Parts: sequence; C-alpha cells; structure tokens
Amino acid sequence: MIHLTGIHKTYQGAQPLHVLKGVDLHIGRGEFVAIMGASGSGKSTLLNILGILDDYDEGEYRLDGTLIRNLSETRAADYRNRMIGFIFQSFNLISFKDAMENVALPLFYQGVSRKKRNQLAMEYLEKVGLREWAHHLPNELSGGQKQRVAIARALITQPRIILADEPTGALDSKTSLEVMQLLKRLHEQGMTIVVVTHESGVAYQAEKIVHIKDGLIERVEVNDGTAHTPFGVDGVMK
Amino acid sequence: MRLLDADLWEEIFDSLRKNRTRTFLTAFGIFWGVFMLILLMGGGRGLETMLGENFAGAASNAGFLISNTTSEPYKGFRSGRVWHLELSDVARIRNLVPEIDVVTPTISRWGARALANDKSCGVSLMGVYADYTHVDNPKIKHGRALTDADGLQHRKVCVIGKRVAQELFSGIENPCGQFLRVDSINYCVIGVSGKGSGGINIGGNPETTIYLPYETMRQMYNRGSEVDILALVAKEQYPMTEVQYKVEALLKRVHMIHPDDTQALLKVNTEAIFSMIDSLFTGVSILVWMIGLGTLLAGAIGVSNIMVVTVKERTTEIGIRRAIGATPRDILTMVMSESIVLTLIAGMSGISLAVAILQTVENATHANYPSALFQISFGVAVGASLLLAVLGLLAGLAPAIRAMNIKPVDAMREE
Repeated sequence: MIHLTGIHKTYQGAQPLHVLKGVDLHIGRGEFVAIMGASGSGKSTLLNILGILDDYDEGEYRLDGTLIRNLSETRAADYRNRMIGFIFQSFNLISFKDAMENVALPLFYQGVSRKKRNQLAMEYLEKVGLREWAHHLPNELSGGQKQRVAIARALITQPRIILADEPTGALDSKTSLEVMQLLKRLHEQGMTIVVVTHESGVAYQAEKIVHIKDGLIERVEVNDGTAHTPFGVDGVMK
Repeated sequence: MRLLDADLWEEIFDSLRKNRTRTFLTAFGIFWGVFMLILLMGGGRGLETMLGENFAGAASNAGFLISNTTSEPYKGFRSGRVWHLELSDVARIRNLVPEIDVVTPTISRWGARALANDKSCGVSLMGVYADYTHVDNPKIKHGRALTDADGLQHRKVCVIGKRVAQELFSGIENPCGQFLRVDSINYCVIGVSGKGSGGINIGGNPETTIYLPYETMRQMYNRGSEVDILALVAKEQYPMTEVQYKVEALLKRVHMIHPDDTQALLKVNTEAIFSMIDSLFTGVSILVWMIGLGTLLAGAIGVSNIMVVTVKERTTEIGIRRAIGATPRDILTMVMSESIVLTLIAGMSGISLAVAILQTVENATHANYPSALFQISFGVAVGASLLLAVLGLLAGLAPAIRAMNIKPVDAMREE
C-alpha cells in the first residue's frame, strides 16, 4: 500500500534542516502501524509526506501504486480527498459547522449533492456512535466526541489509508482508550492505519511499531502482545 | 468552475450566516458607501431641479438696466448728475440693436398698501407692457395676463401676486372680477400670478406685486417718460453679456455719459447668473461623485481589509479544507464569492434604502415643487450595482490570493 524508498527532506531556511535522511518504509494493505519517536525526530514530517501535505526532496513514494511526486496543488488535493483520511491531534473541525456538516465536508469537494452527503454523514456518525449529536457544534462536544466526529469525517470518502497524527494527544486516558479501540475496530474491518505518536501506550495498540530517530528508521518492531508497558489495564494508557 | 452550483451558494451563505458579526462589519462599509453615493446623487439632482423650478419663467438670456447718478464728468456735465432711462430708449434700442429680441420698460412703486374687503396687504406696484411676459412669465393661475389693449385704453385692471390674492381675497377661490384699492384708486382684478418668490426677482417679490398696465400706471402716478427698469431679452444665439455692452454704449452716447463711467448704468444679467448657477451645479455634481465614489472606495477597501483579516483568522479552517481535499481554486472561489455576495447584498440594501429615502423626500416636496426630481434613474441603479460587483471582485482578490497560498501544513502548525 505504502512504499517509501530513500526519502530525503530538508527544510530550507537560514540554517537548512535535514529532517529525513533516507527513509525506507513499506506498509502493506490492512496493516496497523504506529510511527514512534521523540519530538524533532522527523515523524511529523514523515506523516506530512505520507499525507501529501508536503513534498519530499529525494526518493520515491508510491501510494497504492501511484507515484506521488511533484504533484500540482489540484492533483494533491484530489488525492488527499480520495485516498487519505486525516485524524489530527487538535481534531481540526470547522467551528461554525455542526458535526454532520463537518463529516460531510470532504464530499462537498467531490461534488456530491447536499442531500446525499448529509445522508452519508449521518451513516458514518452512526458508526462512531454520535448520531444523536449530529446537529451539535464542535464546541458543544467533548474531546472524545470531537475526535470521533473527525474519524467519521476521515472515513466518509472511503480512503485507502487513515493517517492519524497524535490522535489521543489532546484526550484524557479514558477517551484515548475509546478512540484507540475505534481505530482498532476499523483495522479489523480491513482499513490501513498509520498512527504517529510519542506515547508508547498508544503505539503498542498497533501491530507494527516503527521507531524513528534523527530522521532515520531505527527499527521496526512487531507487536507480539507481550508489550513492555501494561497498556490497557484499567484503562490506563499514559 | 462550479460557480453555478447551487451547493456552492449554500456553502457561501452558510459561512456568511454563521459568522454574523463578521459579515455585518464587512458589509457595513459598502452599504454606507453606496447609500451615501446614491443619496448624494439624488439630493444633488433634486436640488438642481428644485432650483430649476424656481427659475422657470425667467428668460435665461435676459438683462435689466437701471439708471444711476453718473460718476464721471463728460461733455460739460459734472459728475453726480441724475439721469433717467426714457421711453424713447425703447424704440432706439429696438431699431439700433438687432440682436435684441424684446425690449420693454417697467415702472414701479414700492411700499404701497392694497385694500379690499376690510383687509389690507403691503404690495409693490409694477407697470408693464404685455411683452414683459417674455422676460418674466407670471405663470397665470386664474384669469388672464395683461394685454396691450389694457394699456391703450388706460383700463384700471391688475394682475396680482399669489400672496396678495391670499391676503385680500382669502376664501374666494378665484378673485378675478373683485376690486382692490391702492392709493385711493380702484382696480379690477383680472388675473392671479402663480409665480413663487424663489429664483430671480426683478423689481420686487412677485408674490406681493400688483402688475398694472404700463400706460395706466404712468397716467395715475404722473410718471411722464421716465423708465425705472428697462428689461431686455436677446435673441437666442447672442449671449446677453455681449449684447448688453452694445446697448450700454448706445445709451451712454444718447444720454451724454462718459463711456468709462461704470456707475451710471446698473446692469443685471440672467445669462451670467444662469451660467454661474450652471457651473455651480456642475461643481456640486463633481463633488457628489468624488465624495460618493470616495466613500464607496473606502468601503471596498474596508471589505478587502476585513477579508484579509478574516482569511488570516480562518487560516486553520482553510487549512483543514485543503487537507480534506479542497483545491486552491475551491478556496479562491470560496473567498471571492463570499466577497462578491457580501458586496452585492450590502450594496443592494444601500441602494434600496437610499431610493426609499429619496422617494420620501420627493413625495414630501411634490406639493411645492411638482417637477423636482430626487429619485435616481433605473440606469444609475443598474450601473451602481455593476460597480459594486466589480468592487466586490477587486476587494476579494487580494485576500483570495492570500487564502489560496495557505498550505495545509502551515494551518496545522498554527495550532
């Protein structure tokens, strides 16, 4: 599904910052992968490249067979819309739109009619258990609910992969658990999921953990269930 | 381009409706600008037509001559000599100055009292020939104007101003046939002038003037051949200002006045006054346009400014939209459409309110100034709307380009 070979990325500035120094990463269809690393390790940059939010300098990135390189803004927008579902740490819901409208928004950019996309949005809200909250504005929802709305929004375009950037970063441990369980359930239904985090508790929910350090992949660990921390016991993640 | 997509419009109205304060503040500048522009334009036009109504009846190419004491000694005469315009000057001018269309003498008596039905009224008397109507049309409301026959037969008849009619014959709708007395002489009223006191008045306020046949007045008041005011109308193709010099030279020669004497003959000239008023209104309308367009431009810059701030404020929102699949063009369309829609709605409200106010003013002044036009024409309204659309487009351009260049990554970083 995702094939990264020799990815380099340098941020130009007064002092050029070489963030990614040749990353090779292969993620298969239906895998649940966590990318872990300390802040400044380059994991967010890697996620931006995976999400076609940012370009890379060297190497090759293939997403589901399509070469992602030097795309025009319009093409990039289209790929993001159709292939990728984003989940952000700060939810990034549009504050003046209610839950249903937020979920339906990606379909607006596909030109789906209002009636159809609102109907679909309700279906997806149902899936994340927020049907009765459909007409609440984001500031009337709790953090966990907001993140579930964001997940519904990520799913509505039926993307190839879900990219989650610190999805539990702004949540307490209990709601974090709920969100992670939701992601796990999606994974069980066959969705490819990539989570970026610096919390080991979150990372060890995935089946594969990619450790990244100083712009290079340190090691890829297969989560055999005998994880380090007693994650999930009594709902404690952190 | 999905400009005609109903869905896009819903999206636009949605985001305008859900950010009311921002929408209102943005719209207000444009609303006010258009409102002022239309109101000033209508007001200027209204004043112009109102004033035009005042001047209606007065010939636009008329001149008036009044004799005064001389200020220069000439041909043996000392300075300070008293002289008068005479009836013989009328024929003289008529024969020797071909550019003149009408020349007619008047005599006046000021500060008289008219009496009728136990009522009295301060009036001025003015003796005129029938052709005085070419100089100053009395706009007869009842009865008829004076004719040459009235003078030839020395009839004691008069045309009265509308105030005189009101004061002396209140309660009588048409005072024609009634008698009034001035200086112990009875006159029969044969007409009522409808002329108002605005505009150019020569020889007194027309509302309180009683017009008598020249010959009648001349006989009653022993006026001999002296003339108070000599009224002239030049043929259309000759400006009165130039013709007046020719007449002046002729009169000065006949009456032995120094050609350079500037005091001996007073000249009043409607052509000069009208051209002054004309240029005044040209100036006023230029001013109106400048102020109106300036206000409108300030409004448009205000919209642009607030849109720029708005775009900055909405960086995250735009970033989110970009991240979930909005193309730069989608964002451009969104911001531009919001700007245009906002400008148009605000502008239309401004036009509507201004039109409503102008209509109220027009209705209110209709009684006194039936031909005064305050309302702007449909064409002007359409033009203003087009101008608004263009302004909205221009105002939205800078913020839209700015919004278009927002990268989704930057937006995420804002958090």
